[in-house]
Formats: sequence, structure tokens, C-alpha cells
Amino acid sequence: MSVTTASRLRMPASLNALRNIIVFLMKSPTSLFGLCVLALLILVAIFAPLIATHDPYAQDLANTLQAPGNTHLFGTDELGRDIFSRLVWGSRITLTIIFLVSIVVGPIGLAVGAASGYLGGRFDTVMMRITDIFLSFPSLILSLAFVAALGPSLNNAIIAIALTSWPPIARLARAEAMTFRNADYIAAARLQGASPLRIIVKSIVPMCLPSVLIRLTLNMATVILTAAGLGFLGLGAQPPLPEWGAMIATGRRYMLDSWWLVTFPGVAILCVSLAFNLLGDGLRDALDPKQMNRR
Amino acid sequence: MTVSVETRNLSITFGHGPTALKVLPDVSFLVEPGECFGLVGESGSGKSTILRCISMLTDFWKGDVLINGKSVRDMPLIERCRTLQMVFQDPYGSLHPRQSVRTVLSEPLRIHKLSDHEDRMQKVLTDVGLPVSFLDRFPHQLSGGQRQRVAIARALILEPSLLLLDEPTSALDVSVQAEILNLLQRLRELHGFTYIMVTHDLAVVDHMCDRFAVMLRGEITEILPREAIPGCEATHPYSRELIGASLEYEGHA
Repeated sequence: MSVTTASRLRMPASLNALRNIIVFLMKSPTSLFGLCVLALLILVAIFAPLIATHDPYAQDLANTLQAPGNTHLFGTDELGRDIFSRLVWGSRITLTIIFLVSIVVGPIGLAVGAASGYLGGRFDTVMMRITDIFLSFPSLILSLAFVAALGPSLNNAIIAIALTSWPPIARLARAEAMTFRNADYIAAARLQGASPLRIIVKSIVPMCLPSVLIRLTLNMATVILTAAGLGFLGLGAQPPLPEWGAMIATGRRYMLDSWWLVTFPGVAILCVSLAFNLLGDGLRDALDPKQMNRR
Repeated sequence: MTVSVETRNLSITFGHGPTALKVLPDVSFLVEPGECFGLVGESGSGKSTILRCISMLTDFWKGDVLINGKSVRDMPLIERCRTLQMVFQDPYGSLHPRQSVRTVLSEPLRIHKLSDHEDRMQKVLTDVGLPVSFLDRFPHQLSGGQRQRVAIARALILEPSLLLLDEPTSALDVSVQAEILNLLQRLRELHGFTYIMVTHDLAVVDHMCDRFAVMLRGEITEILPREAIPGCEATHPYSRELIGASLEYEGHA
């Protein structure tokens, strides 16, 4: 047997684990709902050009503020743009925000948390005081400050959200790492001559990963809300981008007469953040090591 | 290669200032090459601490630990790892729950840049009496005895000369205990290891060890040969009491 056979043998195991998790999630109605909404969101984002009935940027000043009806499923906004098409295209923006924030926040939080939890001492103190500083600000206010400093745009909003949402993850990973660092298997790894970096990457991180993943999923709901909040305040996505929060912000002025301007983007934000919360909850059950053995 | 182990005036204190706790005041003993040396005593008498000091898992001790006359402090990490390895008490806590047997065994080979991974892993698994197909199993798919065999295989894969055994059987079933002890016995005959074995079971000492030290509150009260157990030939009152109690228990059991 060679190394290639080894890796070929290991691949199905991880795929199997993924399938197990999805099967587990489908068993409970709430996480099934989350999974379905997410699948829908991703499909809508991928096939946006096919699904959207109109051009999201096409203005039709003769048909402004049309109520939902046959030609415009969710009505039109103050510039006559089709709200349904804007929602469909907006799902791409939402997914981009979630994806970018998660791939920045997850590794940073995990690295900082696992390293300070395992190494302890001065490194831990310094890192934890830094996270303390970040945690002591309300995250929306801090993102506001960052966006104000960097200038309002979607990319800066993503950077600002990422900067404010890694500390809770680092804290979580640190707490997990501290419970494992005195385990016998870590002592065994040290006796085998593994460097601290190797121990963190190979032994500590895999143990912290499930809870960080759960936290990240639950965090996505907050990310969506913060992005929408920044968009609403005019500091996130700039017009004419069809970002859901920005749509609510512009629709606010016509809210009393034209309810559809704020309702549909609001419902979309609600559904997606609810879906992420329910999915995170389901993942917590699915990834719990105590339940792993039962499968 | 068989190695001797000597500790000279080993002492360790945990904590600072008025709350400092001196766990080992002054421990000295000599283990001959190829010998199985037992450390017995009640809980908290510092048996496991001695092993953690010898293995440098705790490194703030004072005194000397010499392996074949060479201080463990002066040994480079790589050499130290290939000289001594440890087997832990609880096989449920000493294997990484998310690593397969293959990962557990190949990791040390990769760290030490050794070749022939597959051959070495298969050999060591066969040595500890497990089928080669177990390589792709995870700890939760193994029984307690099988886990302990994997833990022993992990200790053996770097071909050390000194094995530190920290109550290797106390978390196991009685029948499995015998299997593991026989395995350790056989491995010693095969490879000529030096064992230092912590236990609080004198029956295990009687089965395995050539000599043993009785510990009380961090101090070695007496070092006795195995033959002293049946006749209770200890001179120190605490050792006499311990051996007497054990014999009495065995007699009634």
C-alpha cells in the first residue's frame, strides 16, 4: 500500500461524515426548514438572470410605486424598478457578504483562539485584551466607525463586519482549546516531538472546529442584519445596488402608502437570518461529539 | 539498545509563595538496563509526577535525570522522543477522538521524517496484536483494550528504549488487564525495553516488575525486589502495611 491508497481511503470517510450530518439535519423539521431556505437562496443567487422577470436597474418612471400585481410580482419602487427582480439579484449580494465575512472571520477567530488557548501565558493575555477591546464596542457602532473611516461601500462594509465579528469566535475557540490542552493526547503529541504549531493545527483545531462552525452559522444571521443595517444607514451597499437593507432604507419614505417597498426585502432578511439560526441550532445537535457515536 | 535510568535528588514544587506545594522533596533511584521498575503508593504520592518529570512534560523540576548517563535536559527534543515514550492511564483520553489510527501512527513518523510509513505502521500494529485493517478505524470504533493497544503502538512506533507506563491497565477490565500486561511483558522480551511503571496494584507489580519502590508523600520509603511481596519482607512500617493490606485483600478475594 502506498500514500495514494491512504488518501483514497480517507476521502469517502469525510464525504460520509458530511452526508451523515445532512441526513441528521433533515430529520428535524426546523433545521430542514433552514436547509431548504438556504438551498433556495443559493439556487436563486446562481440562477438570478433566469429567475428575475425584469432588469433590476431598469427604471420606468411611468410605472412608479405600482402595487404587487401580474406584471410586477412584488410591485415596483419609487423609480419603477421591479422589486422581485431586485430581491433576486440582491440574494447574490447577501451571499457574497456572508461568504466573505465567514471565510475571513472563521480562520482568524480560530487561529487566535486556538493559539492563545493552547499557548497561554503572555501571548494569551495580549490576544485576549485585544479581543476585549473589540468586544466592548457594540458591533454595529464599531462597524459604523470603520465604514465612516474607510468610506461607504459594500467592500468596506464587509471589512468592517469582519473586523467586528471575529472576537466572539476567538473567545469560543480559546475556551475550547483550554479544555483540551491538558488532555493526554496532547501530552502524547508533545512526547512525539510535535511543535506547538503542529499541535495547534493537527490536534487543537479539529477539536474546536465543530463549535466554531456552529457559532459561525449562528453568526451569519447577525452578519446579514448588520449588513442590512449598514445598508439602511447608507453606509453599506450604495445605490443602485439592490442590497436588501438599502432597499428598505429607500422604501421607508413611501412606507405608509406603498407597504410592498419595505415588506418584501424585510421578509427576505427575516427568512434568511431565521434559516441560518435554525441551521446553526441543528448543526449544534449534529456536530455534538456525544451524539457522534450514536450515528 | 537498552538504557539505564537514574534520578538524582529530583524535586518539584507547584505554585509560588506561601501556597507552594512541594510534591517531590528529594527522589533518587536507579533503574538497571532492561529492568521493569515499579512505583507504587497511594493516590497523590507523586508517582505519576515522577514520570512526567522524566519525560519532560513538566520541566520545572530540580535535580538530575540521567538516561544512560546523559541528562534528559541536555538531550535534543528529537533524540529524547526516540529514547523515551509514555503510555497513559486512560485509553479513552489518550487518543485524539477525531484522528484515525493511521493518523495517530503516521504523525510521529512524519515529525521524525522516517521512511516506510506503511511498513512501520503495519509492523507495530502486528506487534501489539491488532489486525492491520484497524488502521482506518477511529477511537470510538475501538474497545478499551484495543485503544490501549493503539496507545502502546503509538509509543512503540518511534522505537524508544525506555517506556514510561502510567497505570496502563487501571482503566481496563480485569480480563483485558491481563492481556495488556502479557503484551507489555512480551514486548519487553522482544525489544529489551526498560520500563518504569506506575501502579497501585501490587498484583501487577508481582506479575511484571523486577524491583519496585514504595512511595509515601513524594518520598521513596523503600526499594524492594519483587520476591519481597509474598513474604511481606519490607522493613519500613508503611511498606509493610501496604503489602500486608494487599496480601490480605488478595487472600480474601
